[in-house]
Parts: sequence; C-alpha cells; structure tokens
Amino acid sequence: MADIEINGKTIKARDGAMVIEAADEAGITIPRFCYHEKLSVAASCRMCLVEVEKAPKPLPACATPVTDGMKVWTNSPKALAAQKNVMEFLLINHPLDCPICDQGGECDLQDIAVGYGSDVSRFAEIKRVVKSKDIGPLIATDFTRCIHCTRCVRFGQEIAGIRELGATGRGEYMEIGTYVEKSVSSELSGNIIDLCPVGALTSKPFRFTARSWELTDSATVAPHDCVGSNLTLQSRRNKVMRSLPRSNEAINETWISDRDRFSYVGLNDKERLRTPMIKVEGEWREIDWNSALEQVSKGVRKLVDAHGADQLGALISPSATLEEMYLLQKLMRALGSANIDHRLRQGDFSDQDLLPPFPWLGQGIEELEKVDAALLIGSNVRKDQPIIGHRLRKAAVGGANIMFVNPVDFPFNFPVAEKLIGHPAQMVRMLAAIAKALLDITGEEAPEGLTPLLENIPVGDTELAIAGHLKAAESAAVLLGVLAHGSQQLSSLRALAVLIAKLSGARFGLLPEGSNSSGGWLAGAIPHRGPVGQKTPVTSLVNASAMFEHPLRGYLLVGVEPELDSSHPVAATKVLEEAGFVVSLTSFVSDTMKQYADVLLPISPFSETSGTFVNIEGHWQSFAGAVAPLGDSRPAWKVLRVLGNLFDLQGFEYTSSEQVRDELKASCGQVEPSAEVGWRCPSDLNTAAGSLYRLGEVPIYATDALVRRSGPLQETEDAVVAAVRINESVATSLGLIEGDIAQVTQGGGSVWLPVVIDERVADGCAVIPAALPETAELGAIYGPVDVSKN
Amino acid sequence: MNALGRFFKSLFLLELLRGLRLTGRYMLDKKVTIIYPEEKTPQSPRFRGLHAQRRYPNGEERCIACKLCEAVCPAMAITIEAEPREDGSRRTSRYEIDLTKCIFCGFCEESCPVDAIVETRVFEYFGDKRSDLVKSKEELLAVGDRLEAQIAADRALDAPYR
Repeated sequence: MADIEINGKTIKARDGAMVIEAADEAGITIPRFCYHEKLSVAASCRMCLVEVEKAPKPLPACATPVTDGMKVWTNSPKALAAQKNVMEFLLINHPLDCPICDQGGECDLQDIAVGYGSDVSRFAEIKRVVKSKDIGPLIATDFTRCIHCTRCVRFGQEIAGIRELGATGRGEYMEIGTYVEKSVSSELSGNIIDLCPVGALTSKPFRFTARSWELTDSATVAPHDCVGSNLTLQSRRNKVMRSLPRSNEAINETWISDRDRFSYVGLNDKERLRTPMIKVEGEWREIDWNSALEQVSKGVRKLVDAHGADQLGALISPSATLEEMYLLQKLMRALGSANIDHRLRQGDFSDQDLLPPFPWLGQGIEELEKVDAALLIGSNVRKDQPIIGHRLRKAAVGGANIMFVNPVDFPFNFPVAEKLIGHPAQMVRMLAAIAKALLDITGEEAPEGLTPLLENIPVGDTELAIAGHLKAAESAAVLLGVLAHGSQQLSSLRALAVLIAKLSGARFGLLPEGSNSSGGWLAGAIPHRGPVGQKTPVTSLVNASAMFEHPLRGYLLVGVEPELDSSHPVAATKVLEEAGFVVSLTSFVSDTMKQYADVLLPISPFSETSGTFVNIEGHWQSFAGAVAPLGDSRPAWKVLRVLGNLFDLQGFEYTSSEQVRDELKASCGQVEPSAEVGWRCPSDLNTAAGSLYRLGEVPIYATDALVRRSGPLQETEDAVVAAVRINESVATSLGLIEGDIAQVTQGGGSVWLPVVIDERVADGCAVIPAALPETAELGAIYGPVDVSKN
Repeated sequence: MNALGRFFKSLFLLELLRGLRLTGRYMLDKKVTIIYPEEKTPQSPRFRGLHAQRRYPNGEERCIACKLCEAVCPAMAITIEAEPREDGSRRTSRYEIDLTKCIFCGFCEESCPVDAIVETRVFEYFGDKRSDLVKSKEELLAVGDRLEAQIAADRALDAPYR
C-alpha cells in the first residue's frame, strides 16, 4: 500500500495502481475519455491530466502509477488549465451536431465540455469530415464525431477477442474502421456502444427514437441464457425502448451479450398475441378472459374426467420465471398429473434420478476466470453463453488450458489448448479414454462396471494431454454444454465427465439452455420430482421427449413453440394437431400454433411481468416488470393462479408473485447447490457405425420465441441460414458439392436445404440447425438423418 | 369646514360636477379603446401566439427531432416521436403541441437550435372540440407555410438582440 495525497486528502492506494484508480476509489472525479477500468491504458486522450508535485508538467492520471508520498492536485490552476486546453483540442474536430446526435444527453464529451471546457472556441478553420461505415445491423457509426479514444479498438482486442476495429492514419487523419468493409460480428459487439464516450458508435435499432432523459429505468434480468446477466430496461410511454447492462461484478461485470441487448426489439412484434382467442369450428375468435379461462377449465375437466389426468401434459419454456414454473407444476400435480417438463430439447433422461436438486455450474461464474484448466464437453460456449465464454477467455488469455470435446470444431476467440472432435458417440469414447488416462495417473480404482468397458479404448496423445492438464491444474473445471444436453448420449457423457472431474480434482458443472433451468428443477417443473427435489407420488412420469413419443390427449404449453423448441419438431407438431385439447399460454403466436392450438391465452414476456430467474450459480434474482402488459395480455403467474381457482384447488390464493416465490423459497430452506451425481455405468462404449448423424445445434439467435422475433439480430452474421453443413469426406461419399440443394429426410419429414462444406464438422455428422422454421419439418434434432442428392 | 359647509356643497352638487369634469375631459380626449375585430392593437415582433413549424427555403422541414423543446416545456405540452426517415435523416414522426396545456412562455422557441418551432403573432384560433387544440405536425407546418414571410421578418427584427 502506498500513501498518497490527492487534493490534500490522504489516501491509501494499492501498489502499482494508477492515480486515476486511487482517485476513483476515494470518490474524487477526474475527467477521462480513453481510460476505462476494464480495458488497458492507452493514455491517448490526455483529458485526465493532473498536477503532481515535483513533476515539471501535468501528468495523465490514468498512466501515472502511485508512489509513496506522492502529492496530486486534480483541481489546481495548473491541472484545470491543462484540462481546459485538452478539451479545446478535442473539440477542434468534433462537430456541433449534438441536436441530431443520439448520444446527446448521455455524452461524456458534452458533460465534460460543460464542466472543464471553455465557453467559446478559438478555432475558426474547417473541421474534418470522416465517412461513416456500415459495420452491421446493430451498430450505427458516425466517425466524424470520433475523438480517437480507441476504447472500441481495445475492446475488440482485449474483451471480444477479435480484432475487428482498428485505427488507421495518424493525427488528424486517424480513422476508426474495419479491416475490409465488413461488419462487426462479435457476440459482445453491442458493448462498444456503451464504451464510446461520444456519438461515434450508437445503437442502430434505437437510432433517433428517444432521448436518455425521457427514459425510465427498470432493473431486470436477461432471459436468454443461464448466466442471468443484469439488465436495465429503459422504457418510455409504456414501451421498452432499449436494454442496457447493469453492473454486477459477480455475474456479467459491465458487459452483456448482443442477444440480451437487442432482443427487446421483438417485444412488440406483430406476432404478439394481444387478446385471448379460441377456435370455434376451425375459426379463430377473440374472446374475453373470463370466457377463455372458462373454456380452458371446461376443456381440461372434460378431458380429465373422460381419460384421466395422466392424459394431460404440460410443457414450459426453460426461460419462464420460477413463479410460472412453480404454479404450473402445482396446478398439474393438483389435477393429478406429473407430466410436466421444461427440458424441451434434452436428448436423454435416463440418469435423471441420480442428479442433484438442481443443475449447477459447480462454482461461481467469477471463479471461471481463475481456472487453470477447463474441459468443456459438447459446448459452443462462446455463442451459447457469451458471458461464460468471456470469463473462460480471460482465463485462457491468462495462460489457462481450455480444452474441448465437441462434435464440431467451433471457432473460439481464445487459444484452445487441446481439442477432440468427433461424433457424439465417439465423444463418449474420448471421455472414457481421458478417464482411463486419469485412472492410470492417479492409480485409483475404476468405478463399478467401467473396467471391462475401458479395455479396448485406446488412449491417444490428446487424451493424455487433457488428463495431464486437468490433473496438474490447481483449479480446474469440467463443464457439460448445451450440445451435450441435446445429445442422446447425455447420461454417458455426464457419468464420464463427473468421473473425470472426480479423478482430476476438478469441479463439475453444467451449462444447460434457457435462463431458468435451475429454477425449473427447484420449482419442480420436471416429472420425476416435485418442488425442491421431493419425490412425487404419481407413477406415470412423462418427460418432454416422451410426451411426443407417446401422444397424450391434452397439452398445456407455456411460452413454448414446440415446432421449434422441442427435440423432435415434426412429431411434436403432429401429436399436437391430433391431440384433443391444446391450450397455449404464449406471448407470440405463429400460424403453426394456430393450427394445433384450441385456446390461445396472451401472457407477458419478461419485460411485463414480475418474476425470478435462478441462474446457473444458484443465485435467485427477482425483478419487476418494466412496462404494463401489452393489450389484454397478463402475467402468466396470474393466469395460472386464476386457473387454479377455477379448478377449485387449494393453495392458489396468491396476491403477488413474491408470495409464490417466498412459498417456494421457504420450502427450499437451505438447498445447497451440489454437483454430486450418482454413478451409473455407461452401458456401451462402442460407436454406433452407420448412418449420418444430425447435430441440431440451436443457433445463438434462435434460442427462444423472443430472440427469433428480434429483427436486427436476424440480420446479423450469426443468424444462421438453414443449411446442411458437412465436411468434405462426408460430402464426397454422398456425392454432394458445396451449393447443392440436398434432400434431407428425417422422422417422416423432408426438406430441401443447401449444402455447405465445413471442415469443422466431425466425420459422420451433419450440422442441420434446429429452431428454424425451415427445419421444423424434420425429426429428432440429434439423431440419424438421411441426406441425399435428390 | 363644518355642517354649514357640507350643506352648501351638497346643495350645489359640487362633488358631482367635479366628477363630471373628469368625464367631460375624457369625452373630448383621443379614444384608446378599439373596435375589435375591425380594429386591432399593434403587436410586438416578439409576440407569442399560435405555434408554427418552419421550413427551409428549399421546402425541407427544419425540425430535426432533437427534443429540446419537449424537454424544456414547463407545461409538458409537446409530444414528439422520432425515427430515421427514408433518407436516413433524423426526423419527427409525430410532433404535437397541446394548446390547452401551453402557457405561451416561448421556451420552445428559445431552445430550438434550428429555429424550427416558433410562436407567431396569431392569437385568434379556436377549436370546436378539445382535440382540435392539439396541433399536429401537419397543422403546424401549414401555419408556418402561410406566415413564413412575417415569421422571417420578425426574426430578422429581433436578431440584433440575440
């Protein structure tokens, strides 16, 4: 610790800290443009000049380390004169277009010019003009306004991990641009809008629509991935205008992904359902809530009386709130059915009884950046959970060994130490080989039943290296990603991953899809367990996948579009169309939904309801609605509560969502997060030879109904176009070349899709994305598929 | 003065005559009242009456949707919605002044960086319904088009003092 004095105030500063950091901690304001606490120091704007004792000239506070006994003045005449002159230089080329600039009202340059600048400019010459560049559908540019702080450039290099923006030229001729005229494609790119201290980089979807002073802030939580990033939704006249990050060092720091930032555009999509509707003789009619709910209770009662409660199934989105999940399962269980699930795209349910009370990361999100080694299994973490990807990138840049066992060699923005790419069945063998290597290293006994299976598993160099890195690491993590959750080998992958973690001393964790799958387990939105892991009394347990394999007679859907969100789209659509009674509580309605549903009840998306998300750390985050529900839509917890009343069920007398949450929280008591998974030996480690295997990866901007309706996100490079991605050798064996239109047949459905040759895809696999309307006619998103030339 | 004095004063109606003298003087004086609406009082070029939106000589609307008038308006009489126009420029898609709320303080005019919103000398307007007094962008532009010559002349007169 160094003792320094700023403006006569004695401060203890960390050794090696810069003066500006010490001043910030002490609450002393120093104006700055280029300095940002999360980025490296550039010292290019010179706005933070301060007077330091014994220094002949003012020094930049952001690049001057503290020394013991240092005396600094931030507001002495010398410092103020230096700041005033720097301000004058900065304004020489800055246009006076504040009235048409979106940054107006929230602009650092505006604020600091008022505080530290001069009243008039002495510069009478011509200002420079820089041509704006089109860098994609999310970010609008106006580089004439740029003051060359290079925050955006440093963000690209240091945080996003892609050098997308750079500065060319020097002095007056310096310009920010992309290398070639291309768009910025990072999944975190929107953060440069917040970083830009002037209006050179602004949000394109938000462009010109509102001023910062007319917006009302509401704190909420991002609804798209299991991170639970903290958001501020800004609204005006009951409409969400934009979404900004809210700092939370333990979760998202100051960043959010583009998905969380721009998904709000979909909130008022034309497909938003505004009034309850019922189908009468094939015709859709708008009706009032009372009659609609009456219809639902009558329909459900009729079905339960005629065929038993077992014939009723409920599916809820993994991004629904905790309260919605809890009330839905309470309703279903009170009606006598345990057929409820939120694990819509999960491929394998066989080990579900061995799992801990709820899926857990095994550690805090913050701890991920401190790991020395991490093994990710079936995970495209960069696109699936961008904030987790960012934490792992920090670790990798710091020298950690991040390793992957994946069916596709995904491009990552950090160095990957080791990788094994193979068919999901081969992935099981790869994990077995890593486990075998670890058993050899540790000399421990293999768990029951595994030894004979390991006999003919060869251990390659990569497997040995992965085992070595994990074992050598002081802090290591083994994580199971979204792709692993979708694959039919989930239980085997999980068993071996847990074994690897145990043998190497690593922490085991899960990265499932949806923003609230931990909440789904806690609330009991799973068939085999009630809230907080209670065993359920009912015997017929039908999970999300079985619900469509063995058709039921009635379905309740909450925030789900099964044709896109289920693990078997074509079967789901068919079963729902044939079911006697389908009620859909939904924010958005598609034509497909109108074909299979009988009653449509409009519910509020996350911005219009209060609720709670439990993130993957097990952190409960409650939020209130930012705006009132659109049209006649209502928060889903209220709808479920009233349904409970209509069925004359006990315990549905809630008056607020907090009551629902507190009831669950009280019964949760002290549920400790746990990553303990009971051992269950994989039955077979042989690769199933034969047909082509479909990898139905869910593209980053197709994960849920809201994201799919966000126009700007659908125009980005990450918005995947439906295609068959196969490697050269698979293509050759099928007689296909790049650009061919191939016929894809699966599960009784057939579509024509273009062929893209991609060497990153494992042998024997074809990446055919799920959750796209073009592939909704196909069968299992992970499973055998038939691709042929015609 | 005593009772006798008061008696003579009232006997000869002295106080009445004194009052009538004032009346007589004003009867012969120049009249200050005017016959409105045939006659009108003179107006200052700074008169703050009905609002107008102005255009540039090439016909382009001046307003750039900066929303300063909306922010400064103490009566919250102005409502603006904006979006990029087809050519990418920043324009209002809705600009309304609620004249039933307006207190004619002239702050909107003061705050406008492009002299788009102005207050004209027109004070004679009416509405059959309350909603008639919520002036839309089209109405305001029409007022501006009609009175541009006078608006421009008034601004020119006032320019030396700004």
